[in-house]
Amino acid sequence: MIVELGHFALVLALVLSLVQSVLPVTGALKGDARLMAVAPPVSVMLFLLVGLSFVALTVSYVTSDFSVLNVVENSHSTKPLIYKISGVWGNHEGSVLLWVLILVFFGALVGTFGSNIPAPLRSATLSVQSWITAGFLLFILATSNPFTRLARPPIEGNDLNPILQDIGLAIHPPLLYVGYVGFSITFSFAVAALLLGRIDAAWARWVRPWTLLAWVFLTLGISMGSYWAYYELGWGGWWFWDPVENASLMPWLAGTALLHSALVMEKREALKVWTILLAIFTFSLSLLGTFLVRSGVLTSVHAFATDPARGIFILVLLCLFIGGSLTLYAWRAPMLKQGGLFAPISREGSLVLNNLFLTAATVAVFVGTLYPLALDIVTGEKISVGAPFFNLTFGPILVPLLIAIPFGPVLAWKRGDLLAASQRLYAAFGISLLACLFCFWLWGMQRVLAPLGVGLAVWVMIGASAEILGRIRVREVGAARAFSRLTGLPGSTWGTAIAHFGVGVTLLGIVTASAFQTEQIRTMKPKDLVSLAGFELTFEGAVPRKGPNYTEEVAHFTVRQGGVEIARLDPSKRVYTARQMPTTEAAILTLGVSQLYLSLGESRGDGAVDVRVYYKPLITLIWIGCVIMAFGGLVSIADRRLRVGAPKPARKSKAVAAAQPAE
Amino acid sequence: MTRKQRRLTMIGAAGVVLAAAVGLILYALNDQIVFFQSPTDVVEKGIGPGQRIRLGGLVEEGSVVRADDAHVTFSVTDTSNSVKVTYTGILPDLFREGQGVVTEGTVGPDGVFVADNVLAKHDEKYIPKEVAEALKKQGVWKGDN
Repeated sequence: MIVELGHFALVLALVLSLVQSVLPVTGALKGDARLMAVAPPVSVMLFLLVGLSFVALTVSYVTSDFSVLNVVENSHSTKPLIYKISGVWGNHEGSVLLWVLILVFFGALVGTFGSNIPAPLRSATLSVQSWITAGFLLFILATSNPFTRLARPPIEGNDLNPILQDIGLAIHPPLLYVGYVGFSITFSFAVAALLLGRIDAAWARWVRPWTLLAWVFLTLGISMGSYWAYYELGWGGWWFWDPVENASLMPWLAGTALLHSALVMEKREALKVWTILLAIFTFSLSLLGTFLVRSGVLTSVHAFATDPARGIFILVLLCLFIGGSLTLYAWRAPMLKQGGLFAPISREGSLVLNNLFLTAATVAVFVGTLYPLALDIVTGEKISVGAPFFNLTFGPILVPLLIAIPFGPVLAWKRGDLLAASQRLYAAFGISLLACLFCFWLWGMQRVLAPLGVGLAVWVMIGASAEILGRIRVREVGAARAFSRLTGLPGSTWGTAIAHFGVGVTLLGIVTASAFQTEQIRTMKPKDLVSLAGFELTFEGAVPRKGPNYTEEVAHFTVRQGGVEIARLDPSKRVYTARQMPTTEAAILTLGVSQLYLSLGESRGDGAVDVRVYYKPLITLIWIGCVIMAFGGLVSIADRRLRVGAPKPARKSKAVAAAQPAE
Repeated sequence: MTRKQRRLTMIGAAGVVLAAAVGLILYALNDQIVFFQSPTDVVEKGIGPGQRIRLGGLVEEGSVVRADDAHVTFSVTDTSNSVKVTYTGILPDLFREGQGVVTEGTVGPDGVFVADNVLAKHDEKYIPKEVAEALKKQGVWKGDN
């Protein structure tokens, strides 16, 4: 019953989204307030309906209702509850439903909290959002219905792919999707603005918090996915330049560029045409990612089904939305008025530079990801584009950008003074130079890149604070006054500093973990010893153990440092009963921010096992840095001036207004 | 600076950066990509030592020999030809005799393929796409699509 209810809710949502696609935008174009008033309640209703159908699917998973085909294919009655729930989006149909749920969620957010946005823009935006919603609801109902019933239900299900039975999978897709799909609302804003032909600084101000929100979640989603791959796949790598990873990296790069260009548009009304284009591109890359991942053109853990009809359907949607929005752009963009002027050396100029490098990096990833597919289609030749390609392209493109990061925030708007800006960065430069020299002294001259990388990371981290230090001017005004200035700084200033600091932290993790990783591969018998990076690992023997839906062979290891036992590690080899599929569970020992990573190979008959052990110095900084970046984004959203619910001058408290320099 | 000059400066800077990026990409595409080859390709085309390729096919039944410290040798076959492969490291969970595999590395001077990477499938249902197509070419594909 609940299953049919869920199915019916989806059909109803499709009909409503068609209504929403037409009425509000017509109202916005004709200036009919009654038609525009349709948008907010319908956006909420759409969310409730899709939400209901998502709940319906979740209920059938939790109760292991094996009369539903989707549940049979991806669940099992002995699976722990958390994985029954996460299994809802651990398959093609469910994940597309989650996709649509987030799409309508963002629509409902704009419908509910967007009362400060002018009615025409809001209505048109919600209509555009509904075009996407209608397209994907049609996709679900026509090709990927999760509510298909079976006439003769089996007693037991096929279980979920064991490597997806992990807490990482429970968290990673929803985070990633909120980010990925969140850019849809920016896209809708851009298309709506093009339709209405009015784009100004206020537009950027309304759009920026939504972009930031999507960006924060995408950052978290990507880093979560990276950490999941790191500990679950047992290869010890944290980024594989796999096309599926690239599919999420591309919208992130474009979204990061968008964040920065929207800033210029908001403050200076410049770069309008470019910002709109970037908004369209960012979501187009999200759609492209969805196509790559969901259509089955790539073989990966994410490609659940390889039904050509689905691929073609998404491809058609992709062409419609990207082609349509770009055509509209080509037609309307020339009508936009020119924005404010600025000199090449200025805050705007630095943000343009940022956009330039991020776009170039996106292009590099795009080519590396799609070239093999294109070559296969055109010539039938099979190639793989892996880490060497990206190290050679993505790396050199990003290095100048990283060097430039600290300069951006200390340059003045409109016309900046590079010399004055550099003076504020002397301290940061000195410290990073010292760090660099210290590393050369510590590691010698064999590795030139690593100390330079550390220096760059320190430069980005320390340099991030330059704007804040420059604005409080502690030496001129005294500590008490400086502190009140510190607390009075706008959230976006803090957000910028924190996020840039996070970039440095991630970079530091990447440099040290890739340059100074040490590893040992051994075949070990019980009581054998392997030493690595000052640690001694003793293999104590293996014992079988039984889990809820798997059996495993657990190998016990004792870790000693200087003869003192510091930890025990228990990596294991599991076999999931339902699918008879083996997995490797790596054991990880976190020491500060470094990690000892222990993975097992095939066990030999005589009690010996193949063991691969890595020491990865500072590796957790990679993900910690991402979390810091995301936190910076959140702080920036919390900025009073961007808060949804128009910033009225009356609300400003006097103290804060006084402490805030004019911009 | 006039508006026109400013714009030219911007476009100039953009041009330089993009040209550099395109140059890098083209260079890397020439140099850093790895071609997929079947054992028959390796035998017939005579892939020279040192050239990096991806070798894919089926793990030949009975060919897997494990030595100490995770050294392993096996043969990759497309049923007409087979190539001997050595690898040091932990094999993917789904590495089995008679199953599809993709290895990456170079052919050594003695004709043995030295792999530094053996690719896993994520799921027992899927066989690497390149392998499936190479097998189809040889007419030994038994899958359903």
